[in-house]
Amino acid sequence: MADTELEIEGVMKTFTFMNRKAPYGTIYALEVLETVLITAAFEQHANIVFVDDGVYQIKKGHDTGAINMKNFSPTFGIVEMEKEDADEDEDMDMVWRIIVEKESMEARGLTKDDFKLDVEILTSAELADVLDASDCIISG
Amino acid sequence: MAYEVNGSAIEHDEEGYITDISAWNEDLAAIIAKDEEVEMTDEHWAIVNFLREYYDEYQIAPAVRVLVKAAKKKFGPEKGNNKYLYELFPYGPAKQACKIAGLPKPTGCV
Repeated sequence: MADTELEIEGVMKTFTFMNRKAPYGTIYALEVLETVLITAAFEQHANIVFVDDGVYQIKKGHDTGAINMKNFSPTFGIVEMEKEDADEDEDMDMVWRIIVEKESMEARGLTKDDFKLDVEILTSAELADVLDASDCIISG
Repeated sequence: MAYEVNGSAIEHDEEGYITDISAWNEDLAAIIAKDEEVEMTDEHWAIVNFLREYYDEYQIAPAVRVLVKAAKKKFGPEKGNNKYLYELFPYGPAKQACKIAGLPKPTGCV
């Protein structure tokens, strides 16, 4: 019995978070971000993906003054920090990837340098493989 | 509702969290700590200062896990644990320490 429990504790799954919506105007972006941060506590594999208008979530230079909302883009810095922790900690064998879909980025006239995080750029087809290899997909 | 600090009033909500984070100062922290029956030592201040720096950078309070890691770095491995943080802040490192640090009440449980 004890052995079985240990085995269950050891299972790591791959969670993919699909950020599809612009950062403000709806609560989706912030809610997904909070879910990502909670996932970090459980030390699982995570793909944080930005597609469609979701790519604006990590664009540099948010200024929310005129819409009287809190600018939460600095909070994405924690995602990057968690990724670095995952990369450094060899014992944990945990993989975090921050991904932007190429087509979404290009359709909006953006380049890799427009983002405040260091991201991987994947094509839609490559992204499909990432989704295929995920155990759990959370879309917002 | 407000705290009286050096002759000026600093607004707080019904649970004692200040409403304007920029109004915080160390005298205020000492007053909140007294209300919470927390005796502030250098270690308490180190946690409070860490919380403020983290919030300033990321606009969110750190998860307890992150706080534990920071304590470990600052005070050594024997103090990098939940138990130690609860010794410093008996009603929870996140909630009580955040209140003293002048941050909004944390929303999550982790």
